[in-house]
Amino acid sequence: MRLMPWLHCLLGVVGRELLRFLHQRSRFIAALVRPLVWLFVFATGFRMALGVAMTEPYQTYILYEVYIVPGLVGMIQLFNGMQSSLSMVYDREMGSMRVLLVSPFPRWYLLICKLLASTLVSVVQVYVFLAIAWWYGIQAPPMGYLWILPALLLTGFMVGALGLLLSSFIRQLENFAGVMNFVIFPMFFLSSALYPLWRIREGSYLVYQIAALNPFTQAVEMIRFALYERANLEAILISTAVTLVLLALAILGYNPSRGMMARKGGGGD
Amino acid sequence: MSDASVQAESAPPEQMAPALAVRDLEFSYAGKRVLESVSLAIEAGEFAVLLGPNGAGKTTLFSLITRLHDRRRGEIRIGGYDVRRQAVQAHARIGVVFQQPTLDLDLSVAQNLAYHGALHGMGPREARRQAELQLERVGLSDQHRTRVRRLSGGQRRRVEIARGLMHSPRLLLLDEPTVGLDIASRRELVEHAHRLCAEEGVAVLWATHLIDEARPGDRVLVLHRGRLLADERAEALADRLGVANLGDAFDLLTGGLTGGEEAPCA
Repeated sequence: MRLMPWLHCLLGVVGRELLRFLHQRSRFIAALVRPLVWLFVFATGFRMALGVAMTEPYQTYILYEVYIVPGLVGMIQLFNGMQSSLSMVYDREMGSMRVLLVSPFPRWYLLICKLLASTLVSVVQVYVFLAIAWWYGIQAPPMGYLWILPALLLTGFMVGALGLLLSSFIRQLENFAGVMNFVIFPMFFLSSALYPLWRIREGSYLVYQIAALNPFTQAVEMIRFALYERANLEAILISTAVTLVLLALAILGYNPSRGMMARKGGGGD
Repeated sequence: MSDASVQAESAPPEQMAPALAVRDLEFSYAGKRVLESVSLAIEAGEFAVLLGPNGAGKTTLFSLITRLHDRRRGEIRIGGYDVRRQAVQAHARIGVVFQQPTLDLDLSVAQNLAYHGALHGMGPREARRQAELQLERVGLSDQHRTRVRRLSGGQRRRVEIARGLMHSPRLLLLDEPTVGLDIASRRELVEHAHRLCAEEGVAVLWATHLIDEARPGDRVLVLHRGRLLADERAEALADRLGVANLGDAFDLLTGGLTGGEEAPCA
């Protein structure tokens, strides 16, 4: 098969997502304000209560707001991934999903295009956030900002695929709040985003175990190490594996003869 | 499931093959029959009205043709290509106007059409050329840069038709395309679709529950409770049932009198 049409398709899907992103300024601002509030308010308050001793990958004793930045990067991607995948289910987006799926390209390819598109949007958000953090005084080594790019792509795919999977199997989600309560919050809070694992362990062994098993922890650690020009091999491997599994399940979920489409019966009459 | 489609593997699809051929289509959902032994064929340049009350299975039929889902029995071919085994070729030959609006309101008409072109593997230049061509045909050339949000309901529908035709499909499916439109826009849309058939040779399958959208001479397919109860010209149908017009024929078939039980299947 010729290659160009595939490329046109990919660029078309990505281009549309970016255009939509530019038009939805309120969504962009919300996506930025959320982590910034955490950074400026939450982290400032906690700085007094909670110092973070030297842990990998940090070379020195660090302030709490330095610790929390990679976690907030993960949070941006988590929200974005869930939002763009799940928006396909409700608020009239079901229609645009149909437009996508009646394209002659194979479904797995269309879904990957879609995931890449939403991931790139989240990458843009992350870099704007990091720029503000830099201005605020939280500065990683310059090359670290390049290093995190692959980590961001992988994380974006992971959370996006999770969202797709949810959107294919959960029949009705009244609104975003349900996903917030049952997916986003647990994933975020039960991870190393806010506190290092060893500190969680001091508090509760059970929570520590859950957090250690949480794939989002691996994603955050991968980003954290990358930002300081280090490769956390274990985190990368686990994140990759989890992403591949989620992606396969999501593609299966959108298979025309099973999963969502079969069960939803096309809706309407 | 049923990989038991009987047809020998693809006779080389030609211009001779009907634009749409459905054979013995069965579909159940949650243990309920939604479609029951539906067979139909639509030739190039033919305008067929799929008439049925709400809940008759029209949208389900469309979802199966476009392969949004396909846990079904039977065979569907587009221009000779099996939608399951030759999905790429079959999909490339279908244009769809969905029941619910599917344009991005915040993007311009041109951006919406460019997206569709890309989804069909067109390069930006070709997509632009096709978009201009089709927009001219629906009389919206001057709205190229307009945001969809600022268009009227009728104009949006016409943009969706233009979009559905960009990749020169052999079959155009329209699922209740006039929902929410005023009478004038409705009439205009029906006429436009007829013109397409005549001028382009596109086969059109137009689903509706509004009887007055079928015009004299149109082929009428009556779908009721998942079964195809009639498949003939509007007048012929009325004649056969011994009633004055299509409206009465429709009432008769869909349970105005009996439950449609003994109605002759086409």
